[in-house]
Amino acid sequence: MISARRPPIIELHGLGRRFGTDPPLDALIDVDLEVRDGEWLAIAGPSGSGKSTLLNIVGLLDVQTAGMYWFDGIDVSGLRDSQRAGLRSRAMGFVFQSFHLIAHRTVLENVMLSEVYRKGPRRYRGERAAAALARVGLSARADYLPTRLSGGERQRVAIARAIMGSPRVLLCDEPTGNIDSAMTAQILDLFADLNRGGLTIVTITHDPDVAERASRKARIVDGRLREAA
Amino acid sequence: MSRLGAALGRFGGQLRLFGNPWRRQRLPRDLIAPSGISPADLANEALAGLFARPGRMSLTVLGTVIGLAALVATLGLSRTAGNRIVGHFDALAATEIVVSRSATASPDASALPWDSPARLERLNGVVAAGNLSTVNIGTRQVSTSPVSDPTRQTEFKLTVQAASPGLFSAVRADLRSGRLIDEGNSTRADRVAVLGPSAAQKLGITGLEQLPAVRIGDDVYLVVGILNGVARQPGLLGAVIIPEGTAQRDFRLTSPELVVVETRIGATKLVSRQIPHALRPDSLRGLKVASPPEPQRARDRAQSDVNVLFLMLGGVSLLVGAIGIANVTLVSVMERTGEIGLRRALGATRRHIAVQFLMESATMGLIGGVLGASIGTLVVVGVSAYQSWTPVLDPLVPFAAPLLGALIGLISGTYPALRAAQLEPVEALRSGT
Repeated sequence: MISARRPPIIELHGLGRRFGTDPPLDALIDVDLEVRDGEWLAIAGPSGSGKSTLLNIVGLLDVQTAGMYWFDGIDVSGLRDSQRAGLRSRAMGFVFQSFHLIAHRTVLENVMLSEVYRKGPRRYRGERAAAALARVGLSARADYLPTRLSGGERQRVAIARAIMGSPRVLLCDEPTGNIDSAMTAQILDLFADLNRGGLTIVTITHDPDVAERASRKARIVDGRLREAA
Repeated sequence: MSRLGAALGRFGGQLRLFGNPWRRQRLPRDLIAPSGISPADLANEALAGLFARPGRMSLTVLGTVIGLAALVATLGLSRTAGNRIVGHFDALAATEIVVSRSATASPDASALPWDSPARLERLNGVVAAGNLSTVNIGTRQVSTSPVSDPTRQTEFKLTVQAASPGLFSAVRADLRSGRLIDEGNSTRADRVAVLGPSAAQKLGITGLEQLPAVRIGDDVYLVVGILNGVARQPGLLGAVIIPEGTAQRDFRLTSPELVVVETRIGATKLVSRQIPHALRPDSLRGLKVASPPEPQRARDRAQSDVNVLFLMLGGVSLLVGAIGIANVTLVSVMERTGEIGLRRALGATRRHIAVQFLMESATMGLIGGVLGASIGTLVVVGVSAYQSWTPVLDPLVPFAAPLLGALIGLISGTYPALRAAQLEPVEALRSGT
């Protein structure tokens, strides 16, 4: 009821991204997309199809060259760099293919990094990070350095970091690209669990099995997005 | 009622929040507030980045440590050495006045009275005074034996100086053996002599046990003392010194040639003005009163020469240290590209990234500064202790050095920090792991 009255979390209209000028390369062409609260959208496509570019624009790490993008009803194209950074830190969680954990910080410190750029109090930050680690089932590894963890465990730490700040949306760039199939199943189970809890997830992947687990699927080819059945 | 309703509404919202933590509602303006980092978090992130590779950080800091240690040590040592030179200078030159005849005045108008020392010692500020004259002995030579030995030289052309008893304290003569000429020797015109150390060596006189005598021409003078050294009038070192009264009788000395005056420190200027009035009130322009230049100027000159050289050495070391920090910070930025991308994704702005790297490089400089200042101060104290000098160090220097180190780190880190800030997050995330 409530979510139906609210605008979509992500709303793209006629979105385009052009790189270079001589000759220009259109990575995204006329993309229309709506993602609503609680959805799990998988965007599949071959490499070079523009799916990473789309995720980067949705994650405010890149800016479109054409079209409109509203995040939670806010037209983000009018925002200053610091406001976009603020929106990233508060509303978005990122999960990358290569984990991006800081090697010389413990697992707990890596998760705590999530709140550093929110200018928030440091009080209870450790407890909040520990709760996020518990959510991904890695409480026992809190004091480890990431180098001692397996690939699947590292990605779970990255997921804990992404969900610690209660983001509006979790953006995943090939989240299972660097881990074996057994671990992939675990990670996907975790995503399904988080999604059942209400977390909106957008994941891009070239793996059809991963896309299969999502509640909604789209495919992107040569910069054009179309909804899968 | 409306209040209660609002409260219930809030409560309801919270209930929904508990049921679904990911659906927490925020107002748009809260969402788009600029991101920020608290000073405590910034310091924590910078220090964590810095101490991630302690070995490399230590080596990097080493350049600044050496540079600042050199700077502090050279500043301290130049001050210490300068202070020593000036101390030496003050003690001797700044307390010396030499009165002589004016070259332009007539002999009568410029003659120094025999009782000059007694007159001057009555002046406030005068410590000691004595007459000194070179005696004209014509073609006569000085020898120790009446017998001429053809196998070796027995006769020498030595200077003969006539001194009043007060001269020895005015020139700070140091006696090796025997005694000095006294008032009685001069009054009675005794044929006695005191030898300067090189004159004694030349004449082959090493001690007074054999009651040695010297001959000036045909007259025999009993040697009563041998000097070890003098602080002023180095001509005395190679001279045969006889009493003034004896020089008057034997060599027809008509008036003293010089009066050497030792004053208390700081009194030379005043005493110099009073001397003509005390010695020749009838002929104020007949005398030449020479006092050394102001000691302060000598101090400045001596120190500025030493300081420029030492400062240049310290400056070069610091430049090397700064380049080291710049290099390592730049390498660190390259290596941490992925981390920079991650931080941007987590909400860091370009400014946050730049400030973090600047803080890391400034901290490196600060650590180098603290260590360098400590080592430099220890060097100053150690060298001073070894040389028995008094260590002199401007109290500002040990405190300014760490700040200078931090500033150097800050300047060195500027270019790498700007490079880090300019990285596009997408590129940084893609290239870094």
